[in-house]
Amino acid sequence: MPQIVVEDLVKRFRISERDAGLWGAVRGIVRRRYQTITALDGVSFSIEPGELVGYVGPNGAGKSTTVKVMSGILVPDAGRCEILGRTPWRSRTDHVRELGVVFGQRTQLWWDLPVIESFDLLRDIYRIPRNIYLKNRDEFIEVLDIEGCLDVPVRQLSLGQRMRCDLASALLHSPVILFLDEPTIGMDAVSKLAFRDFIKRFNQERGTTVILTTHDMDDIEAICDRVMIISNGKILSDGTIDDLRHLVAFERRLVVDLDGDSAPDIHPEAVVSGIDGRRVNIRFDPERISATELIAHVTSHNQVRDIFVENLPIEEVIAQIYEGEEN
Amino acid sequence: MISYWAILSAKFRSLLQYRSAALAGLITQVVWGLIRVMIFQAFYRSTNSEQPMSGSDVETYIWLGQAFLAALPWNIDTDLRAMIRSGGIGYELVRPVDLYSYWLSRALAWRTAPMLMRAVPLLAFAFLVMGMAPPVSLEAGLAFAASIFAAVLLSSAITTFLNITMLWTITGDGVTQLMFGLVLIFSGMLVPLPLYPDWSQPIINAMPFRGLVDTPYRLYLGHIPLSEFPEVFAHQLIWFLIFMIAGRIALSRGLRRVVVQGG
Repeated sequence: MPQIVVEDLVKRFRISERDAGLWGAVRGIVRRRYQTITALDGVSFSIEPGELVGYVGPNGAGKSTTVKVMSGILVPDAGRCEILGRTPWRSRTDHVRELGVVFGQRTQLWWDLPVIESFDLLRDIYRIPRNIYLKNRDEFIEVLDIEGCLDVPVRQLSLGQRMRCDLASALLHSPVILFLDEPTIGMDAVSKLAFRDFIKRFNQERGTTVILTTHDMDDIEAICDRVMIISNGKILSDGTIDDLRHLVAFERRLVVDLDGDSAPDIHPEAVVSGIDGRRVNIRFDPERISATELIAHVTSHNQVRDIFVENLPIEEVIAQIYEGEEN
Repeated sequence: MISYWAILSAKFRSLLQYRSAALAGLITQVVWGLIRVMIFQAFYRSTNSEQPMSGSDVETYIWLGQAFLAALPWNIDTDLRAMIRSGGIGYELVRPVDLYSYWLSRALAWRTAPMLMRAVPLLAFAFLVMGMAPPVSLEAGLAFAASIFAAVLLSSAITTFLNITMLWTITGDGVTQLMFGLVLIFSGMLVPLPLYPDWSQPIINAMPFRGLVDTPYRLYLGHIPLSEFPEVFAHQLIWFLIFMIAGRIALSRGLRRVVVQGG
């Protein structure tokens, strides 16, 4: 049975706007103009326990709004959302007890207090049993390598340190579901890797359902089993990363490095898309010619030093999906 | 209860870090207290008619006012304001606690921590240097203590109400200034309430603000007899309840229109 069910969710925001300049400001006092923005326009999906789902979309697509509705922070205008059998905004306190949340760019730690005191505070707020609290806390301190941050007030931590502490604090109460809203924003490469590693492991070891919104396709490729793409408040696609690739392009790429000076002899079903010195870029449609057949042809007709099949980078896949939507 | 107590104590501890603010506040309040005492001394010297309060009672009233100044609902919680501006408020809503009680606990700490840091040294100064009189009797002292406690509750409920209005105004500046004016004039902080004209007394007595300053201080002085304690104490608690209920209603309305800033 799905753990999270979202059906036809609609959320609109009314935004006041005014013309630029002094005159615009004066007019804005007398007459306000409002613009209605539809952040969610009939979003539906369901998620099984233990899934690790990437939720992707351009800025303003409705990712964070979806997460906020699922967290019980925002009340939608229409639609149904049921998580663990509860409607988030109706039974907020019971609902959020099962939830861990990390909003990137913001911290849930107390600004003026040492990190360890924020942890203790969360223990009391969530009424975490002592043994579970100590077990989780000590494990996270070790795995996330935050021993040295514990006695430092949050305002003095670096971004990477703070995010790791934030992640730990979202998990202290052993939540059943974890929402990560752009957690890797602003992180350096090493922190990102450690972060992904931790999420993946946590998901596998504890079976926690994870929903991750991000702009970073590497995040998605590294850890997510399933990707949902949202644009203009609508879900454009939902499936595995491979499904996603098939959706936009049957095309594959083959890169061949040749030895010797002879002109390349490529199979007629494939297209040479570019020659760069002795490197030949080839595009082919696997429906018309299989990769093995093409490689066999290329290696038998040419002197080949190196050969490899390239996947379309996930960024390009997603960019194509967005473009497809606009056209 | 444990959750709310934890929040109160965390907020309390984080406020205790601001020691230089406390010291600066302390010095300002001593100087300000001296100025006010001098003004009232001049005023009492220039009149021959019988006043509703003796000159020395007014001085005690002023020093108590300086000592407990920080307990007045004169500002909003800057942490909460930052959260509402940045969108960090989202985190407040994903805690499994009753949000109103949560915010009231914060406000209680916000009102008591700075007050305690300043009241102790300031009272010591007033007793030792200025020769301030102790409570008229042990019973008056106890009534004063109970009433100060109720004053802090009332002040916290008003503060929480101000905090909640930020869900509409974002900054809270206007509401705060309005409240500051009302508190200053009608609590007794500016001029002890018995010195206001007789016709205004029923109005002032009905308003909530005297419960913040005038009620506890006049119990201390014996200016309100102990026989009237239950009545004035009830007045404080009733207004505390009114602000609490109003705050709860405002909060549940306000949360419906929350648009978390910054996407």
